[in-house]
Amino acid sequence: MIEAVGLTKRYGDKTAVYNLSFQVRPGAVTGFLGPNGSGKSTTMRMILGLDNPTAGHVTICGHPYDKLPNAPRQVGALLDAKAVHGGRSARNHLLSLAQLSGIPARRVDEVLGVVGLHEVAGRRSKGFSLGMGQRLGIAAALLGDPQVLLFDEPVNGLDPEGILWVRNLMKSLAAEGRTVFVSSHLMSEMALTADHLIVIGRGQLMADMSVKDFISHNSADFARVRTPDSEPQQREKLSAAITEAGGHVLPEQDGALRVTGLPLPRISDLAHDHDVRLWELSPHQASLEEAYMRMTQGAVDYRSTTDQKEGLQQPLPPGAQPPMPVPGQGQPGWYAPPPPQQGGQPFAPPQTAPAGPYGAPVAPASPPAAPVANPYAQPPQAPQSAPQPAPSAEPTESEDAR
Amino acid sequence: MSTPQPPMPHSAAPQWPAAPGAAPSAPAPAYPTYTSPIPVVRTHLGHALASEWTKIKSVRSTLWTLGVLVALVIGIGLLTGMVIAGSDPDLGGESPLSLGFFGLLLGSMCLITLGVLTTASEYGTGMIRTTMVACPSRGRVLAAKALVFFLVAFVVTVVCASVVGLVHVSLLEEYNAAEPSAEEWLKGTVGVSLYLALLGTLSLAVGSIVRHSAGAITVMIALVLAPLVIAMFMFSPSLEDVQEALFEYSIPNQMSVFYSTSLSQSGPSGWDPLWIMLVVTGAALALAFTLLRKRDV
Repeated sequence: MIEAVGLTKRYGDKTAVYNLSFQVRPGAVTGFLGPNGSGKSTTMRMILGLDNPTAGHVTICGHPYDKLPNAPRQVGALLDAKAVHGGRSARNHLLSLAQLSGIPARRVDEVLGVVGLHEVAGRRSKGFSLGMGQRLGIAAALLGDPQVLLFDEPVNGLDPEGILWVRNLMKSLAAEGRTVFVSSHLMSEMALTADHLIVIGRGQLMADMSVKDFISHNSADFARVRTPDSEPQQREKLSAAITEAGGHVLPEQDGALRVTGLPLPRISDLAHDHDVRLWELSPHQASLEEAYMRMTQGAVDYRSTTDQKEGLQQPLPPGAQPPMPVPGQGQPGWYAPPPPQQGGQPFAPPQTAPAGPYGAPVAPASPPAAPVANPYAQPPQAPQSAPQPAPSAEPTESEDAR
Repeated sequence: MSTPQPPMPHSAAPQWPAAPGAAPSAPAPAYPTYTSPIPVVRTHLGHALASEWTKIKSVRSTLWTLGVLVALVIGIGLLTGMVIAGSDPDLGGESPLSLGFFGLLLGSMCLITLGVLTTASEYGTGMIRTTMVACPSRGRVLAAKALVFFLVAFVVTVVCASVVGLVHVSLLEEYNAAEPSAEEWLKGTVGVSLYLALLGTLSLAVGSIVRHSAGAITVMIALVLAPLVIAMFMFSPSLEDVQEALFEYSIPNQMSVFYSTSLSQSGPSGWDPLWIMLVVTGAALALAFTLLRKRDV
């Protein structure tokens, strides 16, 4: 049981974690998610008493970490796989930790066997691969056979076999009634491993709920509808009908429509009623990754932008199309499909956009319909065929500015 | 995997030490908990000492620095002894123990390096976070480090100094060298070794304060050399007093006091250097303890 109350940490004038309160319960794997620099590691360091919180407190089984009698027997942690002295052999590293908390020396060989490092136990950890380092770190966490376990990015650098092993290890540890708190960036991994999620962004709590609830609360489930490409008026007719029926329509780049707020049979009925043929009507299930991206898109500190290659590109020959960008690359709003339902949408951005060309409200961060033309690669003569720069591809600064 | 069997409701399982005065009828937890079958012991300084002993003997830097120390002290000691014996000198009643000074002066650099590395290398590698998670009583870790290092440094130095002293006495007794008294033996072996072990412990404290190996070693070497070098360039007569104090209290001169061959007649004498170093090291350790408690790891 880990309990944080009003946890705050400031480094100078930068607030890494602000007023964070949560509980991590035993018997379940709790995932700890957040973008880079959102304060995950800082929170874990405060739980382990490495950093002193500026305000608030965090307890494990009711005690602050440094007041726990024999802390490593209660709490095991993998913070950083590289936090070992590389000149020491794996066995000696674990032995020194075991001696520090009065754990019998034979336990060292046990955990070396558990993580599969018994054959390289005598080798200096300097020569370990990233995956072997992770295994050594996990061995150190398991050494005290603790009831609370913290893992910071445990599958970093592991091979598929190792990832599967960690996944099963987490689950079996939780099944034994232990508290397992895991941070990770790998959403697919979290979806498979975690029972419960704690999501932070910019050091503040964004969600504390079960994985199932998280996905359904932030789901971007939608139906993809495609009308015949040759008859654009059919598409507009269907869009209007769906909007009238209470659904939301968002045109996709290739001419398909993303429809939310209406069940699939209803869309089919509407199309039939308005005499519109459908080429595609497919359900699109949101993954944890999409739900996560959707929730944290406003809280990302480090975001990539499109590589402009300033002044380095040859001017495009007149009439040539600039290459289509890969979806999601340098497009802040890519993971922001329109909100699926009105209300019940705790983290949806406010809907203030004017009506779009198809009569549907356009989400402020809609996927850019036209690729942004490279401003440095414009041919000198005004191009008729080159697409105009998209009017607003939601500049990154506006999201980051607070 | 060898995870112990699921928790059984056996009452002999290790329990939290009940806080004095706490009601025994604490509400039973509503969730399942795990209890390890491995008995939980209350940890103390002894555990930390065992851990630090494992640490110090399982890295190569210990072997390197102490190996170089032994080579320098014994090598230079033998060399000076044989050169002097070969030139058929008249020592005029000088104590032959003082010839061990040069080797130990150079060897002090090894102890400084090892002392700094004992603490600072944990910061350099990140090991300190693993250590502090395994032992939240930070002061205990530093105390164990200082004790283990001090004992290792003292034992190695005193053995080397004694060997060199015995060799010098047996080589030079026929050249009118004085037979060292018991106190001279004590000062020339145990005394100077305690001084050097304390100097190493001071480096350990500095390493814990600076938290950077190269930085801390630089600070310590400057501390040893700077006073002498600065004093050498103080030509102005108005600075004579300062110059003399710098000479007298420089670490090489304090070391030579243990052989009664001080560069000057005033200044520290007898066992004074040991007390000076004890106070300085104690102050540095106190600062290291305070900072360790206050700073984030």
